[in-house]
This record gives sequence, C-alpha cells and structure tokens, in this order.
Amino acid sequence: MHFRVILRILGILMMLFSFSMLPPVAVSMIYADGTSLPFLIAFGITLVTGFITWLPVHNVRQDLRTRDGFLITVLFWVVLSLFGSIPLMLSATPHLSIVDAVFESVSGLTTTGATVITGIDLLPQSILWYRQQLQWFGGMGIIVLAVAILPMLGIGGMQLYRAETPGPVKDSKLTPRITETAKALWYIYLSLTILCALGYWLAGMTPFDAICHSFSTVAIGGFSTHDASMGYFDNPMIEAIAIFFMVISAVNFALHFSAWKHRSLRHYWEDPELRFYLSILLVISFFCTIVLELTGTFTGVEALRHAVFEVVSIATTTGFATADFAHWPTMLPFLLFIAAFAGGCAGSTGGGMKVIRVLIILKQGMREVTRLLHPSAVIPITLGNRSIPDRVAEAVWGFFSVYLIVFVLMLIALLGTGLDQVTAWTAVGATLNNLGPGLGDVAAHYGTLNDTAKWILCFSMLLGRLEVFTLLVLFTPAFWRR
Amino acid sequence: MKIIILGAGQVGATLAENLANEANDITIIDTDGARLRELQDRLDIRTIEGHGASPDILQQAGGEDADMLIAVTNSDAVNMVACQVAYAIFHTPTRIGRIRGHDFLSYKDQLFSDKAIPINVLISPEQVVTQHIKRLIQHPGALQVLDFADGRAQLVAVRAFYGGPMVGNEIASLRTHMPKVDTRVAAIFRKGSPIIPQGDTIIEADDEVFFIAARKDIVAVMSELRRLDRPYKRIIIAGGGNIGAGLARSLESQLQIKIIERNIKRCNSLANELERTIVLQGNASDQELLLEENIEGTDVFCALTNDDEANIMASMLAKRLGARTVMTLINNPAYVDLVQGGVIDIAISPQQATIGSLLTHVRRGDVVNVHSLRRGAAEAMEAIAHGDKRSSKVVGRAIEDIDLPAGTTIGAIVRNDEVLIAHDDVVVENGDHVIMFLIDKRRISDVERLFQVGLTFF
Repeated sequence: MHFRVILRILGILMMLFSFSMLPPVAVSMIYADGTSLPFLIAFGITLVTGFITWLPVHNVRQDLRTRDGFLITVLFWVVLSLFGSIPLMLSATPHLSIVDAVFESVSGLTTTGATVITGIDLLPQSILWYRQQLQWFGGMGIIVLAVAILPMLGIGGMQLYRAETPGPVKDSKLTPRITETAKALWYIYLSLTILCALGYWLAGMTPFDAICHSFSTVAIGGFSTHDASMGYFDNPMIEAIAIFFMVISAVNFALHFSAWKHRSLRHYWEDPELRFYLSILLVISFFCTIVLELTGTFTGVEALRHAVFEVVSIATTTGFATADFAHWPTMLPFLLFIAAFAGGCAGSTGGGMKVIRVLIILKQGMREVTRLLHPSAVIPITLGNRSIPDRVAEAVWGFFSVYLIVFVLMLIALLGTGLDQVTAWTAVGATLNNLGPGLGDVAAHYGTLNDTAKWILCFSMLLGRLEVFTLLVLFTPAFWRR
Repeated sequence: MKIIILGAGQVGATLAENLANEANDITIIDTDGARLRELQDRLDIRTIEGHGASPDILQQAGGEDADMLIAVTNSDAVNMVACQVAYAIFHTPTRIGRIRGHDFLSYKDQLFSDKAIPINVLISPEQVVTQHIKRLIQHPGALQVLDFADGRAQLVAVRAFYGGPMVGNEIASLRTHMPKVDTRVAAIFRKGSPIIPQGDTIIEADDEVFFIAARKDIVAVMSELRRLDRPYKRIIIAGGGNIGAGLARSLESQLQIKIIERNIKRCNSLANELERTIVLQGNASDQELLLEENIEGTDVFCALTNDDEANIMASMLAKRLGARTVMTLINNPAYVDLVQGGVIDIAISPQQATIGSLLTHVRRGDVVNVHSLRRGAAEAMEAIAHGDKRSSKVVGRAIEDIDLPAGTTIGAIVRNDEVLIAHDDVVVENGDHVIMFLIDKRRISDVERLFQVGLTFF
C-alpha cells in the first residue's frame, strides 16, 4: 500500500471536486435565492482540505498497484459524499441533519435518487441545481472524469478506472490510452446530456428544469426539482423524451462509441446484451399495460403511457415517477423491482446487477438443460458469436452470490432497526440497485426512517455503485496484509 | 502516433513499455491472453487476443488509422503475412517486420519490396545482437560500443579503473594528456546515477564513462581511462544458436573460436557450416569439458544460449575457472542489473540492443540512429539537421547557442566523412549528423522538436 501516493491523488481529486461547488453559486446569483454562502464555505473547506492533504506529499511519485486503486476509489467516493453534504447542512432550507445531508449526497453521487427531503418545490434553485449536478457527476463516474482531465494519474489511471466501471469485464478499453477512453466516455455523456436538455426544453420545460432533469436522466439518477417528479409536467412528449434518453443512457457506452466512430448503427443491433435488454423492456411494458388495463387502474392509451414510463424508469434504475405505482396491483411493483435487479447494461450509467450478468446466468441455466439431454456435449456459453471464458462466468456467479448475501444481510439489519418487511425489502433493493423510490414507508421519500437505517442505506448505495467488490474488498484482512 | 505491435514476447513487451511512456497509442496483439493481461495491468495500452495476421483482428486493433505496424511474433511467416495484410487492406504507412530466417534474409532485396512482401523495415534481433557482441569483442574493456554515421563515430562506455592516467583528474585535462586526439565525454554514471560532465568534473575509479570519438581514436581514449586489455584472441561460445553461430561466422577468420553446443544434430550442421571454428558437443556448465578446453587461457567466454539461468551459471563457472572476461546473454531485464559488475563482466540484453533499431523509426524528425542505454533510462540519438538559420532551431548556430533540453549533450557532429567533436564553438550546418546523449528519457520529445524543421522550410 502506498499511502503517500494515495493521499496525494486524494488531495488532487478533492481540490478538483471543490470547483463543482461554484456552478450552484452562479445559479444562486442568477435567481438571487440567497444561498450562495453555504456553497462558498463548502468550496473553501473542500479546497483547503484537499490542499492540506496534497501539500506534504506532492512530490511523491510511485506507480499505483491494483489494491491502491481500490482504496483510492472507495476513499474518494466516501470523502466526496461527506464533503458534498456540507452545503445541504449549512443552507437555511432544507437545513438537514448530518445523517440526512450525507444520505442525500450519497444518493445523489451514486445516482440512486432516493431523497429525504419533502417540499422539494420550495427549495432554493441553487440547492435544486446542486442535487441534480451531484447525480450528473456520479453518473459517468467521478474517477473516470478525473482520469480524463488529469493526465498525471498516468499508469495508475487504469487501476482506478477498473475499480469504478460497471460490468463483468473491467479491462475493456475503447482506445489504447486510458485518458482517451475516459475522454471519449465523457464526450458521449456530455453530448447526450445536451441533447436531452434541448429535448426537454423544446417539449415545454423551463430551461432550468430542462437542464436539471437532463442531468438526472442521462445519469440514470432520478432526482427531480419537483415533489411529483416527472408527473409534475403531465406532458406525454416530455415523458417520451425521458424514456428515450433513459434507454439510451442505460446502454453500454462502448456501443455509442463504436456507432459514433464508424458512423453506423450496426453495432447496436449486433450486441446481444442490448437485444436482451430491449426485449426485457418490451415484454414487461406489454405485460404491465395488459394488467393495468384488465384491473381497470388505467384504460387505453393512459395504461400504455404510464406502464411504459414506469417500466423504463424502474428497470433502468432511474426512479422517476409519473404515477403512484406503489398502489398499482401488488404484482406489478414487485415485478418492476425484480427488473431493477437486472438494471442497465454493463458500461452504462445504470445501476443494478447489469443485464449482461443476468444474461450469462440464464445461458448457464439453459446449458444445464441441454446437458441433461446430451450428457457428453461440449457447450460453450456464447454472447453474439464469441464464447465467454469460464473465468468470466465464474466471476459472474461470484458476483451474484455476494450481491444476494449482501442484500439479505442488510435486509436483516434494517428489520432490526424496526422497519416493516415491505419497507425494509424495497429500501435495500432500491438503494443497492441505485434505483431510488421503494414501497411501503419509502414509496415517496426516506425522510421518516430512523438514523441507523439511513446509515445502512448509505452504505448500501455505495456498495451498489461500486459493484460490491470494490468496497467489500476493503473489509477483507487480506487486503491490509502486507 | 498510433502503433500496433504483434507479439507480446520479450521484444514486443519491451517495445510497448518504451513507447507507451512516450504518449503513443499502443495496441498489442497476441494469442496468449494471460501474457496480455499481465501487460495491460502494468502499461497504459490496449491488448487484443487473437492471431496477429488476421484482418479482423487487425481491424479491431484499429488498423485503419494506425501509423505503424510492428510485427515481432516469433514466426517469420506470421510477421510477413501481417505486413502484407496491413499494406493491402489498411495501407499502413510504416510496416516493420522481424525476420530471423537466414534464407529469407539472403534474398531480402527481391523479397521485401512493395511488390512482393511489403515490409518497409526489416529487423533481425539476432543480427543486431551478434553485431553488438562483435563490437564488444573488438574493443576489449568496453562495456558498450555503439556505431553512429555508419561507424565513423562511436560511443563507447568504459568503466574507469585505477591505473588509467585520467582517473582522478578533471575532464578538461584530457586535452593536455592527448593533444592529437579529440573526444568528448557525453555522460558519467556514478553508482548508477547520471552526472552531466563539466570541464571540472573529476573522473573517479569505478565510474561508467560514455565518450564519443572517431573510430580510430577509440583505443587511445580508452587507454586513458583504464589499463588496456590486450586484444582478445581465444573465445569460447556457449550455445550454438543463431547468435552463437553468427558470431562465430563473422569472427572465425581473425580469432580462435570454440563453440559448445548440447544438441548433436546442431553440432553436425555447425561443423559443416563453420570452417575454422571448433565445434564441441557437450554441456557448457560441465567443469571437465571447460578445463579440457583450456578455459583458464580463454580471453572471452560468451554464454549465448536462450536460457538465462544456464547462461549465468555457466558464466560464473567459467569465470571461476579462469576465463579473463565473461559475457552473458540475459533476456530477463531484472537479472541484468543483478549480475552486471559482479562476477559477470558484461551482461548483454537482447531487447536493449534491438529496441534502438525500432525506436529509430518511431522518433519524429530525421533520426537515423537510436540506441537505448541503461535499461531504457538513457538514450543516444543521431539526427540529421535540416533547414537554414530561419527554419531550424539548430542549423547555423554554434553548439553553445543551441537551446538544448536539460540532461542532453551533443557529443559529436559528422559532416560528410569527417567527425567533428562538439566543442562549444562548432557551428551546425545543413545535413550534419548530430549525435546526442540524453540522460533523461522524458526530454526526448523536446529533442525531437528541436530537429523538426519549421514550416518556412517548405
């Protein structure tokens, strides 16, 4: 472990992050909402802390090892969540307690979108902007951003990148050099955000709402500037745009990269993960529409509109709402929650276990069936026309089991804090998958939970965003052994 | 520059390591996934698992916009086909291929052209290494001998010893010691760290001194730094592979050479091929065999098998039995530092020797020679200065006026056939070959920029 290098990089990253406190100051000036001071204080504290961390070790030059990468990534997410909560604590409205502010900040950065605040419509604009912006930074990953704009991370960049990117195959790079890859990802991310904001604006949102919602849509976050979320606008066009960009953002960004590079859409069609993902969305949407229609919850086009929006919003782990889906026929919320476990595609901004893992697990199941029929057959697991190395398949199973165990442990812990079953179950599911809204007591917001539960859920959100292992590895004795 | 490297073997990996640190986009292709993973963990490169000559794989590696393809797999055939594919499908401008087979090389003028097999640059590591060892044998006492401008000027590394007249004196006194000989000390490495020599720098015993001089003056300068070894006469080579056989072939007319080779079939073919060399069948670490072949009277024992450990052990044995100098071929870079300067006099790293000839083509500006030194930390470079006083940053300027990056010294200038040692008042002209020594590789891009001609030239 090279603690001095770790401190140096951490210091640099903190100084870098401190500048993200400045846009809300500008927003505050524009709307004259009188909340610029908390952001300036937070900016100062973060910058100075980063500087103090960096100064004594700024000359240290060492290559990062893999395990340093894990530690930096985790530390960085934790530290940012803590410092990111400062403005929320200091401002007059909402003036949150420590646990609430941290919860809100973690929920933002991890693109969960669970909130403890009620009366969002009454918040000052700068705070609203700040919450959305947190999600936007967290969506593509702050480390990836740092790797893109800080070339001096050098070789170590790969170690960090790997600890943060989602998906079973962590080594895939779009371009030979890591900085170029990170830049490409951010360019795509930025262009999607701009397009999305333009779309919202043309469909009738105010420019402020359009930008804010584009942040949380492309990041697959789910924060909104209104208590009623997307339902506030009650505009089918806006919902259609939201659906489109949620689906696009939950697709592997490597596909966007190849499409942009080769100027063709062929790669989308050829990708088995994307095809599987789109078919899941289609089937569930269809099914939900039928059920809503049959049970009379909604009728005709209304049923289709609400079903598709909610399915996409929940299955991609965004968490926007247009209708109170918690009160739909019991089967549907449950079904949507299960879909959220699959989440987005690998290498996207979506949460969950990632579609490709589910696909690999399913294919293994099918292989066992074929084996029963042909005991001596050699059956590789293929995706597209490439077979998957056994190593990857094993890793997927390992991930799956750890994901479930973590889920169960946290569920038990939450039940221990006195929550009822439905609330506990969906709260863990919604945070671990970076989804946002749950059912029961957490259907609208998380404000009424007790403090212990909130801390547990913060941990759960970080686990989900860092794909469990990156965070969990720090809790193994082997990691700290020299 | 976007570069595709085929083959993640020793040469490929060393090359990737050297180039990735210089802001090139490197993609490396190999069939061995485990090897690639190890490389990707360490270096900022992209790796692709697959067969290097396959058009699909090359396309995945970004064949369309690659500037250079370097084919260094261990199969000549794959290297040739890969270059052909790159030329025919992707029109890659520079295609470098490693060709080892003797028979291919003997027809190289007919074979390797754009009409037949389109390889722009042939590299043959065995030949490079053979030349390297040959120069070392021709210059007893030198640790490294590098040719510039077709051998007109040479850069020589020597370890200074007590007894050399210069040891303990300032560099400036070289002039008074040898009024007729002109030379320049390019760098001194003391206990592994570099010193930029000034006129008042004092040479100490055990310093590794790099100096540049015209070929005819090399011996005179060396004699100032250490007691001269008598010329080598009796050589024993362990290992009759390509390098050993090539070395024997090129030296057997002047020196007495014995080759020890384990494989009886190989021995037979060596014995047929070589005329004056004595071919011995046996094990190089066999003490009886070495004693019988008069190891104590041997000037140089070269261990050149492809097994590092065997080479090291055989060399240590030979040294203890009385060989005057032992040279050892060592592939594993980690071993080189470990053994050099101990029992083993000279450790030869084949990657180091080869990498220079490849780097020559990667460097921007008109660079004709690159030698990688000290495990890639330092570099000696020969560049041609073009342009005039307005367009170039070097031409028309005296050496003291050139804005050289820190850690860089100009050692000599070769103008037509004449070697001019770079004193401060020498003015660089158009077409001069400038030989430089860089102790800090991070400055390479600055040096490249220095030799790129400004736009006004065109």
